[in-house]
Amino acid sequence: MKLAIIASAAFAALPLSAAAQDTAGRNLAAGCAICHGTQGQPGPGAPLIALAGMPRDHIASQMRAFRDGKRPATVMHQIAKGYTDAQIDAMAAWFAAQKR
Amino acid sequence: MKRRDFLKVAGAVSLAGCATPVPSKARVVVGGGFGGATAAKYIRLWDPSIDVVLIEREPAFISCPISNLVLAGYSSLQDITRNYDGLRRHGVQVVRDEVTAIDAAKKTVRLGRGSELTYERLVVSPGIDFTFADVEGYEAAMNNGLVVHAWKAGPQTTVLRRQLQQMPDGGVYVLSIPLAPYRCPPGPYERISMVAAYFKQAKPRSKVLALDANPDVTSKGGLFKRAWSELYPGIIEYRGNAKVVAVSAGSVRTEFDTVKGDVLNVVPPHRAGDIAAKSGLITTNNRWCDVDWRTMESKAVKGVHVLGDATLSAAGMPKSGSMANNHAKVAAAAIVDLLNGRTPQPVKLLNTCYSFVAEKEAIRVSSVHEWDSGQGALMPVKGAGGVSAARSEAEASYAWNWARTIWADSFA
Repeated sequence: MKLAIIASAAFAALPLSAAAQDTAGRNLAAGCAICHGTQGQPGPGAPLIALAGMPRDHIASQMRAFRDGKRPATVMHQIAKGYTDAQIDAMAAWFAAQKR
Repeated sequence: MKRRDFLKVAGAVSLAGCATPVPSKARVVVGGGFGGATAAKYIRLWDPSIDVVLIEREPAFISCPISNLVLAGYSSLQDITRNYDGLRRHGVQVVRDEVTAIDAAKKTVRLGRGSELTYERLVVSPGIDFTFADVEGYEAAMNNGLVVHAWKAGPQTTVLRRQLQQMPDGGVYVLSIPLAPYRCPPGPYERISMVAAYFKQAKPRSKVLALDANPDVTSKGGLFKRAWSELYPGIIEYRGNAKVVAVSAGSVRTEFDTVKGDVLNVVPPHRAGDIAAKSGLITTNNRWCDVDWRTMESKAVKGVHVLGDATLSAAGMPKSGSMANNHAKVAAAAIVDLLNGRTPQPVKLLNTCYSFVAEKEAIRVSSVHEWDSGQGALMPVKGAGGVSAARSEAEASYAWNWARTIWADSFA
């Protein structure tokens, strides 16, 4: 329980805006896990490459390419249209920061 | 598990509140399906200082998604079963028991074996139960083995598979579909496809007769109908506006006529699971639980978050495993924020549902949902989402990836 208190105190000490910004990307990215795996790590043998640790600009540019119909897809062209540029950037930054 | 172990859990939960000056972060999650399991895991991932107890009456989870493939012999019950060890590795206390009562004023839940747990925030993810009384004779017929729903994957899935195998070639399989909303909108049509695939291969003179209470196929209609006419000509007869009101040995009665069948698979209408009904969480039509989609908190009972198929669906939202998994993440984010003194922010939800139309071909529907502060409601994002261009082997490969990945995301 002691550890728990320390952890929560440290988290609470972060500036609210930074914490909110960080969790926005995390929360948006969590939806992707149903196909891309928890924290962007697909399981062994999965046909998708890991989003975890992929360069931020690459993720963001590919999401925009899906959205704008420039990269062919079975599903991502329909899903990418559901997110704003700011949301795509927030998700991309969050995935890029995850360990592979 | 012995009774004193439950007491130990309850003791630990209570003690956390007493021993420290900060608010207790104890929590209880009820129901270990896609919703409850995902909420338990993600609360622990996002704030490991929060205690999470998951109460589930079954020893393991058996997935409804992919269970239609078991009926055709393309998968097995073992393939679609996951245990709760993965959640234990995240520090979730998994308790095999049943919640029999919720006291929201005292913030306690009572368990079937008698102990009581205290919670700070409660997550209830009870799935569905059936309103058997809507179909005359149903319960008696089910108890006598004359009809199955197989709409909760498990023993009835095995029974239905065996009945299909034992049915003579030239027999009739009857599937009755309830009025929407029900669990998994495309599920019945995938089942039609899987049973037809099995008949085509094993007993080609047999028929699938689908009696749909809805006027037409409720999900991916064009794609399903094209698959049926191209892959299974002469095997499937589909009737819309055909609501089954009674069952008896060897036949079902619709509002218009009586239909004979060798295997009767009647799916009764649903409502939120029993514990939701017992604890005042149902708000709408005596069936569903309305929630605040920014936090998943019940509109009827403060401090209780309701997830999954039990919820009153938002506009354009299916009752699906993908949605329950996403509901859980909304609830997890909100609960972690609330317990850390932050204001929860609305989250987007993402749905993708694959359906097999043949052993190695599938189709898909997707949608994205967001909070609309103007309307004060969760709405589908305009212009996003849609269905597969056509059935394909690529979609089947992605369907299997979806299943294995969501099982891992929820349970491992």
